[in-house]
Amino acid sequence: MEMQVVQRARETFLTGKSRPLEFRVQQLKSLQRMITDRQGEIATALKQDINRSQYDTPLLELIGLENEISLAVSKLAQWAAPRPVEKSLLTIRDQVYIQPEPLGVVLIIGAWNYPWALTLQPLVGAIAAGNAAVVKPSELSEYSASLLKALLPRYLDQELYPVVCGGVSETQELLRQRFDHIFYTGNSTVGKLVMEAAARHLTPVTLELGGKSPCYIDKDVDLRVACRRITWGKFVNCGQTCIAPDYILCEPSIQNRVVEGIRQTLLEFYGPDPKSSPDYGRIINQRHFNRVMALLDGYTAALGGQSDSSQRYIAPTVVKDVPPHARLMQEEIFGPLLPIVTVSDIDDAIHFISEREKPLAIYVFSSNKKVIKRMLAETTSGGVTVNDVMMHYTLNSLPFGGVGQSGTGRYHGKHTFDQFSHHRACLVKSLGMEGVNMPRYPPQNHQKARRVRLAMRTPLVDFSKGTYIWAVTASIVALGLLVALTVILILAAGVSCTCW
Amino acid sequence: MSREQLVVERARRAFQTGMSKPLKFRVHQLKNLHRFIIERRKDIADAVKKDLNKTEHSTELFETLGLEGEIDVAVERLAEWAAPRPVEKSLLTILDEVYIQPEPLGVVLIIGAWNYPWAVTLQPLVAAIAAGNAAVVKPSEVSSHSAKVMEELLPLYLDKELYPVVCGGVSETQELLRQRFDHIFYTGNSTVGKLVMEAAARHLTPVTLELGGKSPCYIDKDVDLRVACRRITWGKFVNCGQTCIAPDYILCEPSIQNRVVEEIRKCITEFYTDDPKTFEDYGRIINQRHFQRVMSLLEGSTVAIGGDSDQSQCYIAPTVLKDVTGGSKVMQEEIFGPLLPIVTVSGVDEAIQFINEREKPLALYVFSPDNKLIRRVIAETSSGALVANDCLVHFTVSALPFGGVGNSGMGRYHSQHGFDQLSHLRACLIKKLNLEDANAMRYPPHTAKKLGWARFFFLKRVNLRQLRRMALLALFSAMASFVVQRFLR
Repeated sequence: MEMQVVQRARETFLTGKSRPLEFRVQQLKSLQRMITDRQGEIATALKQDINRSQYDTPLLELIGLENEISLAVSKLAQWAAPRPVEKSLLTIRDQVYIQPEPLGVVLIIGAWNYPWALTLQPLVGAIAAGNAAVVKPSELSEYSASLLKALLPRYLDQELYPVVCGGVSETQELLRQRFDHIFYTGNSTVGKLVMEAAARHLTPVTLELGGKSPCYIDKDVDLRVACRRITWGKFVNCGQTCIAPDYILCEPSIQNRVVEGIRQTLLEFYGPDPKSSPDYGRIINQRHFNRVMALLDGYTAALGGQSDSSQRYIAPTVVKDVPPHARLMQEEIFGPLLPIVTVSDIDDAIHFISEREKPLAIYVFSSNKKVIKRMLAETTSGGVTVNDVMMHYTLNSLPFGGVGQSGTGRYHGKHTFDQFSHHRACLVKSLGMEGVNMPRYPPQNHQKARRVRLAMRTPLVDFSKGTYIWAVTASIVALGLLVALTVILILAAGVSCTCW
Repeated sequence: MSREQLVVERARRAFQTGMSKPLKFRVHQLKNLHRFIIERRKDIADAVKKDLNKTEHSTELFETLGLEGEIDVAVERLAEWAAPRPVEKSLLTILDEVYIQPEPLGVVLIIGAWNYPWAVTLQPLVAAIAAGNAAVVKPSEVSSHSAKVMEELLPLYLDKELYPVVCGGVSETQELLRQRFDHIFYTGNSTVGKLVMEAAARHLTPVTLELGGKSPCYIDKDVDLRVACRRITWGKFVNCGQTCIAPDYILCEPSIQNRVVEEIRKCITEFYTDDPKTFEDYGRIINQRHFQRVMSLLEGSTVAIGGDSDQSQCYIAPTVLKDVTGGSKVMQEEIFGPLLPIVTVSGVDEAIQFINEREKPLALYVFSPDNKLIRRVIAETSSGALVANDCLVHFTVSALPFGGVGNSGMGRYHSQHGFDQLSHLRACLIKKLNLEDANAMRYPPHTAKKLGWARFFFLKRVNLRQLRRMALLALFSAMASFVVQRFLR
């Protein structure tokens, strides 16, 4: 079944249907309509999947998606246009540019924690780049998956953008097919399997994985604000966010104040009983619930710690003085447990972070520029937000992706378009000026070699329209200013002008 | 612990000391590399002559000149490439620092190829050094003389621990591929490319694969055949056809086939004399195995020019094959040798169809005076690169990204593209701890009103460039009016 779906998508792509810009824009606008029209149903599905509050759905998923669609629609012509590059003396009369082209049929494997954003944002880029796309939503967020399967064919071209639902075996069958790009969001273990499968067809991949994103709190920082922002980022979606601050690093002297700051914020956000707050989520399923609770084994919570297996509810929990070897510190938590690991100073913190796998995000809270600079220079991660958490995700001019174990490739905004395109180098020469080519032909000798050397070592100049227009405008303005200045000086010098 | 394991560990330890990060260090190493090429020109040329029977001038033209160019560009532009790259802000981040910071990845593995052993192994090294990485260089053992010279001499110019050279065959390469790298850069064929990517997958290591394929060359019947054939002949027989972007086969209409053959015959004589075997500027096949492979491709095809060979010298004459069909043996794999098949097609439609039925090639060549036809070919086909009215030269345009698509590869390099490929482009958002009230709209308990504000701030796009321009214009007008009032009353 999967093979037929992919085959049909490829055949439709080969007809060229998905290439015209008008078609792509029309599909994107249709996707926008789907989100706007069906917002209520989407919110209901999310509530059933993960107890997402009705406001968190637009806030965390749909607004970002709308943003991506409207950006793509308004900028598509610019993104898809040929991109001129610098020329040298040898190519001065040629057309030299990079032409973005569709890759073909891409596979998008979504995740369950933000089933709409993480499955449809890549789709926006895939459509914008002119590809066909097979969409495989995560089966763990089953209500969202079946809603997507029901809705998408009613708004988008059914053959170019089919939705395939299913579990492990359906995904494996999909991965046996040949794609022109595979976009996977999930964990590193499956990420490796996806890349291995892709290798068999030499298919490039984008892997948006995870890891333990550290959050360093400098001892001199305004703890009230820092704790508020961290608390929000950690417990949103019940901690099930790939870029959630996984654990805190701070000096022992401020640990208790940090706990207190978080406690106050939790009270403000979710009230005295988070279980009854409409804004507090649940763990996606029993397996993950058990997994997260097991991490707490043997540790006493400084805050929270309560749970209710029947509801898959885990209270917002903070654990103090966590040793580095604890189970809590061995895997990505992906749940509402916030360990605090104490470090002696920033050197210790940097060392701690660098010993571990490169995370998807690093957070630093400090008002000291030097501390921030050091943290950034001596660590690496997919992305960084300083003095807040997760916000680099929301700016679509920033590329969003991991490095090392946290992933490969990036997306958001134009980056998604570029990721799903082939950037074809185009050089259109003329058949004239053959004399210039003579030195390169055999038989070779010293003089020819010298001429080639000279020709190839000329400087590169930017002949693009933008620079040209700027140069002309700037010259005119400068000339105008010069004339004006001269006139002023002359008049100021008291020379009478009979024409005045 | 194996030798390969030790080498990689040493490189990683050296990288972790941070010594490859400072720009001054990188520039110093790049300049040393440049010095290496200039001072050891003779050693390099001798090695290439023994490997591929290339003359000194050819070596300079095709291997070291490009390399020197890349080093020059890197040295000149490194500060620009490595600097933080500010990006467009939103209304929410208008007071923050928002930029992309290029960072080194760590330890890169560069597996070179044998056809241009210096260019194809060291150009990626230039990118790796420029990006601040450590790099393990594994030259191809097939071009054994060049590999040996690289192993002996490179450590005399570059840091031995950060940029070690590891020589060896299949088993040494496999052992290397078992180690963990932060990026693997492989140049070679698709079969091994798949193995490299599979090995990389085990460590989630990103890869750049510069592979090959059959690069078609379409000749329009209205084109100036004299010039077209000259450029094609040059592109094809350089390095005895052993170039990943060589025009693999020609597509043209039957009516011009004979003229094409004649023009190529004239050019071959002009370039390589009547007896290419004795001419110093004509190369040789790299080894016996490839010699046999290429010769066997002749089976079943009509020879129009050349066809003779000398096994003892691994010499194959510049050969052109006529009336070749899509099913011929020579059309089943990348030739990588001096055989130039001509396949006849009824016109550009059939040519495009022929090309699209096959894997996406590394390069596509079109010879036509008609811009519309060229644009059609660009729009209706795909390939790593497309060059109209010439062959190979896009390799030397450093501003163009060089790489394949589909079976011809993934990733790209040359100039800044190489730097970016071997860097991690880290998204950085530096906020302040004030203006906390603005964040209230995202915190629970949620309300419809808060959501409304969030919508506004997220969805309102601010074109800062336009704002700046308007502000400047306003300022300028204010100044102008002030000046007019004050001085010109």
